[in-house]
Amino acid sequence: MPPRTLAQKIWDAHLVHREESRPDLLYIDLHLTHEVTSAQAFDGLRLNGRRVRRPDLTIATPDHNVPTVDRDKPFPDPLSQQQVDALRVNCAEFDVPIFDVLDARQGIVHVIGPEQGLTQPGMTIVCGDSHTSTHGAFGALAFGIGTSEVEHVFATQTLPQRRLKQMSVEVTGQLPPWGTPKDIILTIINRIGVGGGVGHVIEYRGDVIRNISMEGRMTICNMTIEGGARAGLIAPDETTFAYVKGRPHAPAGDDWDAAVARWRTLATDPGAAFDKEVVIDGTEIEPHVTWGTTPAQSVPVHGDIPDPDAFDDPAARETAQRALDYQRLQPGTKITEIPLDRVFIGSCTNSRIEDLRAAAAVVRGRRVADGVRAMVVPGSGLVKAQAEEEGLADLFRDAGFEWREAGCSMCLGMNPDILQPGERCASTSNRNFEGRQGPGGRTHLVSPPMAAAAALAGHFVDLRELF
Amino acid sequence: MDPVATVTGHAIPLPRADVDTDQIIPARHLKRIERTGYGEFAFEYWRKNDPDFVVNRPEYQDAPILLAGPNFGCGSSREHAVWALQQMGLRAVVGTSFADIFRNNSAKMGLLLAPLEPADVGYLMQRAQDTPDAQITVDLPTQSVSIPGGWRRSFEIDPFVKHCLLNGLDDIGLTLQHEDAIAAFEAQRPALLPRTKR
Ligand code: SF4
Repeated sequence: MPPRTLAQKIWDAHLVHREESRPDLLYIDLHLTHEVTSAQAFDGLRLNGRRVRRPDLTIATPDHNVPTVDRDKPFPDPLSQQQVDALRVNCAEFDVPIFDVLDARQGIVHVIGPEQGLTQPGMTIVCGDSHTSTHGAFGALAFGIGTSEVEHVFATQTLPQRRLKQMSVEVTGQLPPWGTPKDIILTIINRIGVGGGVGHVIEYRGDVIRNISMEGRMTICNMTIEGGARAGLIAPDETTFAYVKGRPHAPAGDDWDAAVARWRTLATDPGAAFDKEVVIDGTEIEPHVTWGTTPAQSVPVHGDIPDPDAFDDPAARETAQRALDYQRLQPGTKITEIPLDRVFIGSCTNSRIEDLRAAAAVVRGRRVADGVRAMVVPGSGLVKAQAEEEGLADLFRDAGFEWREAGCSMCLGMNPDILQPGERCASTSNRNFEGRQGPGGRTHLVSPPMAAAAALAGHFVDLRELF
Repeated sequence: MDPVATVTGHAIPLPRADVDTDQIIPARHLKRIERTGYGEFAFEYWRKNDPDFVVNRPEYQDAPILLAGPNFGCGSSREHAVWALQQMGLRAVVGTSFADIFRNNSAKMGLLLAPLEPADVGYLMQRAQDTPDAQITVDLPTQSVSIPGGWRRSFEIDPFVKHCLLNGLDDIGLTLQHEDAIAAFEAQRPALLPRTKR
């Protein structure tokens, strides 16, 4: 057999059926589901008299709509309530396990999979959500699907998929202080562009990737979709195994050793071919801030708002100008002089315990600036509980941050946590699209320590100067 | 899904790059549990904030074709984006490139995507701007985009997607024909793989 990549090995191991000029039929090991993209799929099953084929490989949690306060009361928005109620009813009817709103294990779907040990190396994982790429951090082939595909997986536990091209992104060297995983992925997207990964699966490699934690790897894989690739993965190693071990759904006893032995065979073979290769010098990664309305539009924190006229490509120039008009920013403005109204620490990109610790380390003993409203939304009920136990919740609250219940929250503004028109927010989430956090809201994507520092100062801060 | 073969009509020019799914249908309108009711919210922010936005202009009403820039449909996996476009009356999008999940969702729903070279899309955009009622034909059997007078370009489409679109096929039904293969695969899956319930 010719040398294969990690992604190709997983693909081959899940091939149910292959036929000339048809997409491959892949078996799906884990199907995560949430309230927003599932109702119509369950309806489709009902309409056709079909069942969920493998409820035991399926799990649901409400995350996108849920309010982050007063969870025991009816939701303020009846439509959100209806959607979450529909998920509950559908799960009961189709026998799908659910971590419901008041369950301590509820949380953002991409936080709970790894947390429960359901996400393991070598698996195929799908979810009706584009940030399913997060699970690739474990060396799983994980990608987002639409509602029709959700219905397909419900009914068949398989998915017809066209083969993907292979792309390697290698981050070499060693990360400088204050270069976080978020800055790595923002740098990568800045380099390859928001369409750079279309049609590809990305494997992240290199010393920098090897040396970061599982949660950091999740941050990187999470934003793979922002570079246009549906899936991003990292070869499993000791860091991966240590993270999985002992979690509720992790293999135990003899199974553990057998599983690790399998996982060790997954790494890309020497000499395997990639269709596209990108190398990034990790020693040059700096804290990044997005200035525009795509995640590729970013600069290091000590930089300025770019001048659209400086772009060679007319289309890029126009896109940049549109972005600046929307963001109400002038070319030449220093990033550190942009004043902020809101700060959001949360989302499936940066709401895990390490993210909260990193933000808390910056906050310790300081206070949120006057006129800034800052919010921390943990990724799951279990992350929240752990942060409370470690004293992080008190630390945030004492500093003037709001401490909330778990969910997607202001990442996409489906619940009451939204920006008001014109408000400007430093956000640890993954999308700075126009209106993403509320109509007319303006988003700047940053790492958790950068968001925390911005909350304290009321504007962006170069962390290297603060400490 | 209804079969799709040929779409003819005038076209809405939207010469913007990276039009994301949050622009096509904002998240706050994803709370419905039906597949319908999204059309009026398509491109809502641009429609509300710019009276001259192309979708607002009377001369482009009821156009069945959208002319799009590169990386159209990037962002979230929401199939609602396709539903919204269809429910505002669109049946085909001609553009330079499409995001992966959006392309899959379009295939499932019967929204025909025709990728052409940037210069050719640019030509059609200019023409649609100059002459809003100028006709375009997107023809799936011949995989071509053409205009009266002879201009004609071919586009590529996955042969299986083409087959499903032309025949209005539900691919769950097709997959279920492989029930034996699925069952055989399941029989040899290692028992140590995780289950969400025991
Ligand atoms: S946190 Fe944001 S990006 Fe992640 S799943 Fe929720 S809405 Fe999507």
